Amino acid sequence: MTTANTESTGVPGVIEPKIGEELLSVEGLVKHFPIRKGLLQRQTGAVQAVDGLTFNVTRGETLSLVGESGCGKTTTGRLLTRLLEPTSGRIVFEGKDISHLSEGKMRPLRRDVQMIFQDPYGSLNPRHTVGKIVGAPYKLQNVKTEQGTKKAVQELLELVGLSPEHYNRYPHEFSGGQRQRIGIARTLALRPKLIVADEPVSALDVSIQAQVVNLLEDLQSEFDLTYVMIAHDLSVVRHVSDRVAVMYLGKIVELADRVSLYEKPMHPYTVALLSAVPIPDTKRKAKQDRIRLQGDVPSPINPPPACRFHTRCWKAQEICKTIEPPLVELAPGHRSACHFPENATPEQEATAQAAAKEDPATSKQNPAG
Amino acid sequence: MTEPQVSAQDTVQRIDRGEAFLDVRDLKVHFPTDDGVVKSVDGISFKLERGRTLGIVGESGSGKSVTSLSIMGLHKPGVARISGEIFLDGQDLISSSREEVRRLRGKRMAMIFQDPLSAMHPFYTVGHQIVEAYRVHNDVSKQVARKHAIEMLDRVGIPQPDKRVDAYPHQFSGGMRQRAMIAMALSCDPDLLIADEPTTALDVTVQAQILDLIRDLQREFNSAVIIITHDLGVVAELADEIQVMYAGRAIEYSSAEDIFDRPQHPYTWGLLGSMPRIDRERSERLIPIKGAPPSLINVPQGCAFNPRCNYAHLNGGASETERPELLDIGGGHLVACHLSPQERTKAWETDIKPKL
Amino acid sequence: MFAYLVRRVIGAVVLLFIVTAVTFSIFFLVPKLGGASADDLASRYVGKSAGQEQIHETAVKLGFTDPLYVQYGRFVKGLFVGQEYNYGPATEHCPAPCFGYSFLTQQPVWPDLVDRLPVTASLAAGAAFIWLVTGVGTGIVSALRRGSVLDRSLMSVALAGVSLPIFFTGLLSLSIFSYGLGWTAQGGTNPMDASNPAWWAYDLILPWVTLAFLYAAAYARLTRAGMLETMNEDFVRTARAKGLTERAVVMKHGLRSALTPILTIFGLDLGLLLGGAILTETTFSLPGLGQYAVIALRANDLPKVLGVTLIAAFFIVLANLIVDLLYAVVDPRVRIS
Repeated sequence: MTTANTESTGVPGVIEPKIGEELLSVEGLVKHFPIRKGLLQRQTGAVQAVDGLTFNVTRGETLSLVGESGCGKTTTGRLLTRLLEPTSGRIVFEGKDISHLSEGKMRPLRRDVQMIFQDPYGSLNPRHTVGKIVGAPYKLQNVKTEQGTKKAVQELLELVGLSPEHYNRYPHEFSGGQRQRIGIARTLALRPKLIVADEPVSALDVSIQAQVVNLLEDLQSEFDLTYVMIAHDLSVVRHVSDRVAVMYLGKIVELADRVSLYEKPMHPYTVALLSAVPIPDTKRKAKQDRIRLQGDVPSPINPPPACRFHTRCWKAQEICKTIEPPLVELAPGHRSACHFPENATPEQEATAQAAAKEDPATSKQNPAG
Repeated sequence: MTEPQVSAQDTVQRIDRGEAFLDVRDLKVHFPTDDGVVKSVDGISFKLERGRTLGIVGESGSGKSVTSLSIMGLHKPGVARISGEIFLDGQDLISSSREEVRRLRGKRMAMIFQDPLSAMHPFYTVGHQIVEAYRVHNDVSKQVARKHAIEMLDRVGIPQPDKRVDAYPHQFSGGMRQRAMIAMALSCDPDLLIADEPTTALDVTVQAQILDLIRDLQREFNSAVIIITHDLGVVAELADEIQVMYAGRAIEYSSAEDIFDRPQHPYTWGLLGSMPRIDRERSERLIPIKGAPPSLINVPQGCAFNPRCNYAHLNGGASETERPELLDIGGGHLVACHLSPQERTKAWETDIKPKL
Repeated sequence: MFAYLVRRVIGAVVLLFIVTAVTFSIFFLVPKLGGASADDLASRYVGKSAGQEQIHETAVKLGFTDPLYVQYGRFVKGLFVGQEYNYGPATEHCPAPCFGYSFLTQQPVWPDLVDRLPVTASLAAGAAFIWLVTGVGTGIVSALRRGSVLDRSLMSVALAGVSLPIFFTGLLSLSIFSYGLGWTAQGGTNPMDASNPAWWAYDLILPWVTLAFLYAAAYARLTRAGMLETMNEDFVRTARAKGLTERAVVMKHGLRSALTPILTIFGLDLGLLLGGAILTETTFSLPGLGQYAVIALRANDLPKVLGVTLIAAFFIVLANLIVDLLYAVVDPRVRIS
């Protein structure tokens, strides 16, 4: 597929990483939204949407951010694509610090980092034809295509399973699944390296959802795409991810490869989350080994101190209210931020407790994984 | 609207009045539009007893929500053309007057909706809205009704109900709001509770709480529950029987166990194959259903599912011309499919089951 | 809630200051931009026979040669403590609140405003009552019977109401009901002189209805649109599902939400009208603020025009403030957050 001249899209002087190398790394990422109140609209507090994230994304993998509403996963996605500017912390893409790049300096990078949105209705301009929508990135980035934009767009449409004849149609003529395909075609136009997909299938019907999930997987293997998937549906996440980061109130509480996260979750929140998902299997109904969390997620304006999960955790003890557990590696590739991890060997428990005692002050700045 | 079938013979009439607590017979809900008639529900029948839970599963546009709204009599007169019979404890709701149905709404049958924020009036306190629901059907003073509202809030697990009764919906979290909605729906102790996607707007841990609550309350109140959802996991949790809908018709109906262990209809297979599973390590690929659901104005000839079905060619053209009836294949398992039992068993055992 | 209240009141006061400053600037700057010098302005305040020097002297005495902000400061001061106008031959005292002094009629503007305000207020309040009741009522009926013959005819009438100007409907109704049938008062009487409320209403009924027709039409369309929207809201479906009577569903659940945006517009309209219903008062020769403004404009009597403008601005700001506060009463989401 050579629809677009995509060679050397990177920043000059930057060596492009190969598969398995680090594409994106995030260090101590923080985003607080100020709250203003009272007569003078003084800042009285902040929504601590994202509060100290450290992780990296290797080329070719799918990293999923999961969590419930208010955990900061969407904000993280917007920070990674720099639709938002972080309050502090660093976002490094292909060796270049993009944390505070201006709109103008971000522009060349927008080719490499693209976003897919949840709402296939809201993100397409109803007055533009499909051709114009999918071809827009070429115009914006002044990219010349070999056989003209129209040909390139038609190839993209075919690639995502639409017909080239759809070029002159309008978004309202399409079903939800097809609209999401249009959105994906637009995203692919410039052959991005990283795609941040915010709930890409959650607005779709089950049967259509599967089509789009398969499409995303096919495209990934065909173009060596790297995905950061933001989702709340843990079943979909289990299917698409290589690694999963579980977020709770602006923090990553557990980060592990798919297999070990789903089979041996260590953070109690992950355990509860997995156990809450209804399973389409009536035999499981009889089992009453469920963990039911009480109450709701606390407000990110005033999150609980230390371990933010301690207010709902059945294992919580005094230490959880005073010392924040650092996100430490308890098994190869499996990091968890808990004083009393589940599914852990005695050695792993000791590691967790030692890490907390060792340096509670620096627990906010864990080394990158 | 059809006239109630009044027979001279008493016995015939009694049978006609429905044996089950809720007895829906050949319900059709059509909406005439400029582009043609939208056949949202096109002939469905089912029965439901007190204490049992029916799950209605389908994708958007399958007619599952329209079915529930027509049971509740919530369609605008003149907009929808409704035919068939809906017997609630022997009384046909379709031939009853609007006023009679209104008196039943909230009292004998109640409903909870998907998005509790938009489903509650933003200007009235939660307590006021529950009191209102209670006092429509019970001639009691405001004080008594308020006490009842506090009891209901307490029953659905809202902490400090005597204080929260005076809060406004926007001061509640999503889960609390849905609890309050449930309190409101159950305030008159209805015999039938319809829950339309009750947990779709909620987070997964809260969803689990609400599903538990619905199950507990059903046991306590011994009501009949219809749960409408697109999520097969949710019905597996709650439902005793499941009806799968496609393009306005039921295509499969059976006990929940049979739907998950021995599904018979290719569409049901498609739904199961489309769903990623949280309880298993991933299979290579999901098996989606090809194409998209049909327009309800132009439902395909014959079996509505035939353009998307991988087995339609096995039926010698019947799939494209003849609409399959919903027939009992034994043990109360109903399916509307032209495939022969042998072909169906073979397809399930060899093509579908191993890949799930 | 208290912070919200205080913030709104402070906002209103600040807004009033800005409005007076801008209005003042326009009235005193625009003639200058148009090429009129301070002397040209002052020439209006002295006799026609006055010489150039005399005029200039007057201009200096009246402060027209001072910078704009000094003049504005003097004006604001006059609002609170009164002002002396020394224009040469004599000094005129304008007691507080001094809204300016008309040299044409040789009297302060404020007493005129006080005199005429009740007429305008009567007109506005009566008309507002009529248009609210009929407009909102029509809107509800139309929305509930959407697409029916009744709805279409009501909306046609409403369209006519929006499109027909007051001097047309006013004159037409005057010629039919007043001059033709003799049912209502003829124009030109001062309703405030009436000896009892019945006569007051008799004098005003035709202007009320004429003015209300215009607004009722707009409100009917607004209410209809609002009701159509809210009746499709989920909470209305919930209200029905509870088994409430259709009447309770419409009045308690539908209308309450549909009315909130109308409240905003009502506040603005009422505030604007209190500044003078110019066309209506002119058509019916009612001695209100609107008519006063027209007469002053024709006579080029700027201080009077400024006075009326400021009064109008005051009422608009006040009405806005009241609407803001009412909003908090109606919508708890505004109150608590």
